[in-house]
Amino acid sequence: MKGNGVTGNANPLRRVGALFDGAREWWEHAKVWQRYLVYLGAIVFALILPAPVIGEFMSPGSDWTTVLIYPIGTYILLAIGLNVVVGQAGLLDLGFVAFFAIGGYSVAYFGTQYGWNYWATVVFGIALAAVSGVILGAPTLRLRGDYLAIVTLGFGEIVRITANNSDEIGGARGITNVPHPTDMPSIGVEFGVLPAPYYYLMLIAIVLVIIFSVRLQKSRVGRAWAAIREDEDAAELMGVPTFKFKLLAFAIGAMIGGLAGGIYAGKAVFIEPNTFPFILSATILAAVVLGGSGNLPGVMLGAFVIAWLPERFREVGWLKDALGKDPAEYRILLFGGVLVLMMALRPEGLLPSRRRKAELHEGTGGMGTMGAEVAGPDTDVSTTEAAK
Amino acid sequence: MLDDFLNQFLPSTVGGLVFGSIYALVALGYTMVYGVLRLINFAHSEIFMIGTFTSLVVITAIAPASPLTGIALFGVMLLIIVASAAISGGAAMLLELVAYRPLRRKGATRLTALISAIGASLFLQELFALVIIPWLTGKPGRNQQSAARIVDRDTVFTIGNAAVRTDHIIVVVAAVIMMIALDRLVNKTKIGRGIRATAQDPEAAVLMGVSIDNIVRVTFLLGGAMAGVAGALYLMEFENTVFNVGFVLGIKAFTAAVLGGIGNLRGALLGGIVLGLIENWGAIFLGSQWKDVIAFTVLVVVLMFRPTGILGESLQKARA
Repeated sequence: MKGNGVTGNANPLRRVGALFDGAREWWEHAKVWQRYLVYLGAIVFALILPAPVIGEFMSPGSDWTTVLIYPIGTYILLAIGLNVVVGQAGLLDLGFVAFFAIGGYSVAYFGTQYGWNYWATVVFGIALAAVSGVILGAPTLRLRGDYLAIVTLGFGEIVRITANNSDEIGGARGITNVPHPTDMPSIGVEFGVLPAPYYYLMLIAIVLVIIFSVRLQKSRVGRAWAAIREDEDAAELMGVPTFKFKLLAFAIGAMIGGLAGGIYAGKAVFIEPNTFPFILSATILAAVVLGGSGNLPGVMLGAFVIAWLPERFREVGWLKDALGKDPAEYRILLFGGVLVLMMALRPEGLLPSRRRKAELHEGTGGMGTMGAEVAGPDTDVSTTEAAK
Repeated sequence: MLDDFLNQFLPSTVGGLVFGSIYALVALGYTMVYGVLRLINFAHSEIFMIGTFTSLVVITAIAPASPLTGIALFGVMLLIIVASAAISGGAAMLLELVAYRPLRRKGATRLTALISAIGASLFLQELFALVIIPWLTGKPGRNQQSAARIVDRDTVFTIGNAAVRTDHIIVVVAAVIMMIALDRLVNKTKIGRGIRATAQDPEAAVLMGVSIDNIVRVTFLLGGAMAGVAGALYLMEFENTVFNVGFVLGIKAFTAAVLGGIGNLRGALLGGIVLGLIENWGAIFLGSQWKDVIAFTVLVVVLMFRPTGILGESLQKARA
């Protein structure tokens, strides 16, 4: 079987991707005021996003603002966190949901058992997530990339099963009556049953995390991560303390995961171990990879698409009739297929970071190739050669 | 506590050996593919799941009114094992063709391949849950499906307070036979030499006239067939299966492969048995709901202190 059939330029994924490539090209050359105009536009857009007019199209069946908080906002926040680990430092983490769970459980547990202030529990949850990231990372980050993936997967399951088996934190029944965020009467914000305040809280969190993440990426830390991702041995030889930086990536990713968990728990009122299954880790990974791991707008786009499409298709009548069941049931099937296709056709994602794209087309990123160092007689080298 | 342990030690050991044999068979697939391609074939657990469902279909078609004995039992066991091995082996080859070969051609990174593997795993699970299981059984795809009993639970002999039953013996003996057959195949035949050569040095293997594509195909076929046999034995022993039966079992089998030394066939056997035993003995102290946590903790600890496993990595010479 020749590889040409699937790697040719005619495939639709490539064409969609090329469209985004054009947008990125413009962005690279945009002036500072143009960029700020875009930022401003994005924020204004985000502020008016919960408007019912938009909601009518985006989610006709369920409350749009609620959908914006979970899954969309939560997925975006998680994807930004996972992007630090996977996209920037190049470490495959399959147990990211563990940190989401730790953040959620600390808000729920300390809020209900000790009556702590909500904001204190969120901060504590973030700290706890960072500590557990370090505890997980310290022994395992010296492993090769693929081993690390399996160990993190195991960690995610350990956290979930432990929550399930520990009666102190509710066991399989979970924790109910998680306190809402504390009201702020001075600025007239009240966290009750209405979803709008939670949306703006989520929005503030996302904006802060984006700024944090971009600043990091452009700092010495971000450059160190890129160096580690591209060639860990070379980075080490050049004097980058790779282990410390990998640990830092893990801790920062974990903190963002913990923050997402805290906000989620404050809105959801009820959490249980099954809120945090492996499939959520895989879904967030799919979002990061689909969008273009390493590139923030891409990752957010990926998370948005993956969170929103199943909600939207749930309401499409003819599709429901044709399939005989809720179209959202098919979402994991679709994610799986998309992951396989993306890896074969456009591994850098829809909206890739430039550096990352170059790495992936080089063929041998930091991880070594999968037993194909040898160009067989019918190996398709055109794609790898052309991209250089 | 100690009394409990002593009381349950022997029965747990028997259970651990049965579980361990199944882990070991599944671990073979991980270990062979890793040896040849340096790839964690994450979708291997779904190949095992396909094996359990093939057996389920065959057993349902035969529909024995009562558990079988003697020659009939042997015939039916042989039939479900062969059918499961064939379907699982075929599925594994198809998986390689669709999910990994295009990547191999492009010289993709290992991480890319692993993500593709995860995608394939999710896809297969959901394909079974949504389409194939309802079509095969006529029941909702996410429900647990149970099969008729084909082996009686007769006690053959007892060691202390542990009863060793017919089904225990069948699982362990069948697993060991398959292992020996595979070991012979890899160590004594021409195709086995090709596999070992590719694992050691793909470049040199190509120069010596080994067709890498063929070797990879055969590796997936053999690993898949072993997972199919494991699926048949699992269904016979536990008599039920579900679309995501492979998920946790797959991670444990991978743990077993790492524990024994990934890339090492005999290591997979040893790793599987050791993991089965540790898990069952640990469950005496902590309760069986902590079994999975014990297994995952073993994985982390092994990778920390001896990442090459108990027997070391031998299918390949050096690590990439």
